[in-house]
Amino acid sequence: MMAAIWQYVFAILVWPGLVGAAALGFFYLWIARKLIARLQGRKGPPLYQPFFDFVKLLGKETAVPRGVNTALFYALPYLALAATLFGLVIVPVPGHAVDSFPGDIILLLYLLEVPVICDVMAGYVSQSIYGQVSAMREAVMSLAYNVPLLAAVIAMAQNAGSFRIGTLQSAPFGVVTFLAVIAFAVAIPARLKSNPFSIPNAEQEIVAGAHTEYNSAPLGIFELSHALEVVLLFDTFFVLFVPHFGSVLANAALYVLVSLGLIVLVTLAAATTARLTVKRAFRFYWVWGGLAAAAAMVVAIIG
Amino acid sequence: MNPFAKLLAISRRKSPWIYTVNSGSCNGCDIEIGPCVSPRYDGEQIGILRQGSPKHADILLVTGAITRRSRQVLLEIYAQIPSPKAVVAIGSCPASGNVFVGSPTIDGPLDKWIPVDVWVSGCPPRPQVIIAGIAQAAQLLAEGGTADQKRKAKP
Repeated sequence: MMAAIWQYVFAILVWPGLVGAAALGFFYLWIARKLIARLQGRKGPPLYQPFFDFVKLLGKETAVPRGVNTALFYALPYLALAATLFGLVIVPVPGHAVDSFPGDIILLLYLLEVPVICDVMAGYVSQSIYGQVSAMREAVMSLAYNVPLLAAVIAMAQNAGSFRIGTLQSAPFGVVTFLAVIAFAVAIPARLKSNPFSIPNAEQEIVAGAHTEYNSAPLGIFELSHALEVVLLFDTFFVLFVPHFGSVLANAALYVLVSLGLIVLVTLAAATTARLTVKRAFRFYWVWGGLAAAAAMVVAIIG
Repeated sequence: MNPFAKLLAISRRKSPWIYTVNSGSCNGCDIEIGPCVSPRYDGEQIGILRQGSPKHADILLVTGAITRRSRQVLLEIYAQIPSPKAVVAIGSCPASGNVFVGSPTIDGPLDKWIPVDVWVSGCPPRPQVIIAGIAQAAQLLAEGGTADQKRKAKP
């Protein structure tokens, strides 16, 4: 009994939880910044930059704006962080075996959505007009990109005949997988709020979006939870679509390679495009994302 | 110094986020601040990021000769930056009033209103010097040597 509890504590705090995922997440964020810098002809920040930014934010004094609910102001970033951590723990990644239970992919999708809701609430709670604009945009975008994202997961589940991550992971590769990968991959930039879908956090346009009034440690926790979200989203992609090998080492190598590939693709898209308007992004997801989603669903149901 | 304080000091030195206030500048200095994060001078190598909100910033860059109209805004923005914070005065205007000295519309120098940690001279200063000024302010933040930190440390 005690051993099981210690295993959970280890999973949440070390691997694949806080320490391991934070290291990976900060590494991916650094790759994104470095790649953008290289593409612009700059040298870019050093490897440890996201980590130092985070530690510095923790060491500053926090100011809560007047008229803002203090408890909610402090709770939201930690809620986002906790949801992401629990999401990381239920996903089987290399070096972390999980007893898969029916419907755990649905729980994972809910946990993936919690940080988004926290951001929307942060925008409204902080009573900044920029935050409110950002919150509205984020809610709209969530309706848009969740069409292909959820449809991809449902198509895969229909194909495998189960909502268990364990069964989904061992499902054979087929046409459905191919279509679902497209639908899921299309949703990733919007979920990570990167260009051309950096609509909710639109820097320079609505200051810092929902985080405009956030500062110091709460802001740092939001940044940390964003880094973990990147890892969690890539984890989800990994368990849904990437074939599972017997050897842990081969799995680990594949896991890192797939994640690196995804962050490079997302960054390339971010570096080469300009921000879309909400209307165009919404149309993109409901038309093209919806088409890919519908195709995956049809093939899953017929085939 | 315990390891956590040491790590925090290094982080403060490596991660200066800046916010710029134009308090009646001719725009010359503001034009020179832009290239600090451009491909040619690339301040991101030492962690410089321009922030849109003063609440995210560590270092306040002030340009201009402090006009009466901009004074209150300047004080409010300074108050919004969470401690520890540093102030870098960019160019000759915040220091002396420069060519505007004697004008009834200016109310300087800058350190009459907020404590200044680093003065960067020039009219306008070159981007290299501005980056050097920001790096010096970040070093002061790491050592606890800014006016804001000294004021907080006093009993």
